[in-house]
Amino acid sequence: MNANLLKYFRQDKLPHIWCPGCGHGIIMGALVRAIDKVGLEQDKTVIVSGIGCSSRAPGYMNFDTLHTTHGRAIAFATGIKMAKPELNVIVVTGDGDGAAIGGNHLIHACRRNIGLTVIMFNNNIYGMTSGQYSPLTPVGKKATTAPYGNIDPEFDICNVVKGAGATFIARGTAYHVKQLIDIIARGLTHDGFAFIETLTQCPINYGRRNKFADPVEMLMWQKEVTVSKEVYDKLSEEEKAGKIVTGILYHDDTKIEYTKAYEKVIELARKGGQK
Amino acid sequence: MAEKQILLQGNEAVVEGAIAAGCRFYAGYPITPSSEIAEGMARRLPQVGGKFIQMEDEIGGMAATIGASLAGLKSMTATSGPGFSLKQENIGFAVMTEIPCVIVNVQRMGPSTGLPTSPGQGDMIQARFGTHGDSSIIALTPSNVKEAFDLTIKAFNFAERFRSPVILLLDEIVGHMRENVKLPGADEIEIINRKRPTCKPEEYFPYQPDEDLIPPIADYGTGYRFHITGLYHDKTGFPKGQSPMISDLLLRLHDKILKYQDEVTLIESKYLDDAEIVVLSYGGIMGSAISAVESARKEGKKVGWIKLITIWPFPDQYLLEVAKKVKAFIIPELNLGQIQREVQRATLGKAEIIGLHRVDGDIIRPEEILDKIREVL
Repeated sequence: MNANLLKYFRQDKLPHIWCPGCGHGIIMGALVRAIDKVGLEQDKTVIVSGIGCSSRAPGYMNFDTLHTTHGRAIAFATGIKMAKPELNVIVVTGDGDGAAIGGNHLIHACRRNIGLTVIMFNNNIYGMTSGQYSPLTPVGKKATTAPYGNIDPEFDICNVVKGAGATFIARGTAYHVKQLIDIIARGLTHDGFAFIETLTQCPINYGRRNKFADPVEMLMWQKEVTVSKEVYDKLSEEEKAGKIVTGILYHDDTKIEYTKAYEKVIELARKGGQK
Repeated sequence: MAEKQILLQGNEAVVEGAIAAGCRFYAGYPITPSSEIAEGMARRLPQVGGKFIQMEDEIGGMAATIGASLAGLKSMTATSGPGFSLKQENIGFAVMTEIPCVIVNVQRMGPSTGLPTSPGQGDMIQARFGTHGDSSIIALTPSNVKEAFDLTIKAFNFAERFRSPVILLLDEIVGHMRENVKLPGADEIEIINRKRPTCKPEEYFPYQPDEDLIPPIADYGTGYRFHITGLYHDKTGFPKGQSPMISDLLLRLHDKILKYQDEVTLIESKYLDDAEIVVLSYGGIMGSAISAVESARKEGKKVGWIKLITIWPFPDQYLLEVAKKVKAFIIPELNLGQIQREVQRATLGKAEIIGLHRVDGDIIRPEEILDKIREVL
């Protein structure tokens, strides 16, 4: 790794505890490169997580970091951002943490358009608890709690947050690292709620049960099944079938960011003259 | 600034107390009979440059309260029974991570949805043992509107002083009671602020206690760059799952409060010098208890009263000493004897313990207590 980037890591906490072949380290690396690229001030950046494999990332990163309760990272982050809007508040979460138990906090943070950057590490499974199905496990795939194949239809989480009002939505993969760095960087500079889904491989608890031979095959799957938004928009309906779109899917910078909206509340309240 | 007289509801007194204590952040979810606190904070906080947010649920309210405190603001949430249950996991997180904050519970009758607009005192034990694990906590209970104001300030001061969540237990009676109260001027109010580190950032350990057992806490965004987790952790804040560090941390979390029990314990009493029996109560039915004791005194009965203000940590030693001198305790409560059980435990059989319960959503009236006094004496 570039020596300039080492300062963003707590080197005494490395090596990380993620399994061999896991994609999470790639995404954490992309996040750090994106932070460096846009020049976020290290002392003014807070990284918050919930519970799960992805949520161990803040421990490795040299910022103010907070490892919270399962599913609640966005709610904790909301308090931090409200209290100190000048901070860059980044949430790292997993598909179970963020889309299941934390789903309510996710959609309401979208609705408020509060200035958080949420990075969802989507490995399609509960990794830390050893392979139960998540809301992003595709139908038919196997999990310890779906031994006969999952029957719960999966969320397209980018569509969910779109419906909920997120103003920056992007998707990347562990395979397309340069694109991932770029879209995270764009998300970090967005003034409003930014959501970035990242496909990441879990060879141990997902791949092993779902006919992926090894991590390389899982990365190749990410390469083959995805198509960038620019290309996707030009495809015929037939060609679009089964493709997962990557890149910046949606960007609206006309909506006011929540803490800025609240500044107006304070202004109004103070004009009211009451103490 | 001189004191001012003002007609206030108990819930409004909590709002004013919080603002006076320096609370500048509130996150919560509306629930009867606590909603006036959220409404009051929504109106009052922006007037003083503070922030209010109505979260999507009680869990989020507790989480955001902790987050804002970490960023340096004195923070509060308020709720009632069902919401209090929802907050419990994150209250435990605040205990474990030592984040100052205040949680108000305006109690209603449970279990479950229960009686939303009627008083109950059924969360006394939940306040102490609601979260998983052996948590430590301070809980205070006001019995009138002025106390609601004063104890809200006290709750913030204890939270900041002990780097701990503090629970303020009202009941619907106190929450909705209206009284003319004299509020002190700002210069008459003692305000305690959390201990922040004075060392250089690279020398800071977020969980290294000073001699008083309490570690200084830095605000996020001030360059101290530290990690917080609800996992067992060492002084650096990073997970450590090795004995004896685990028990050391849990015991310190208890000791940092128990060591100061004398400072934390607030109790009022009257007529204990010659009392043969004592009426022990708290919260909204304390008025009935005092009134009953006054009537009994007029009848020549040697009765005293004790008002528990600090409920947790429980004043075991104090009550044991009283028990050695009296024949019996009468304990009126709007539950089936939650505090009665604690008194029983603390007094080691030295006095008879008589419960007086009401669990129909009504209050306990002075006559009911007086009748019980006559029955015993």
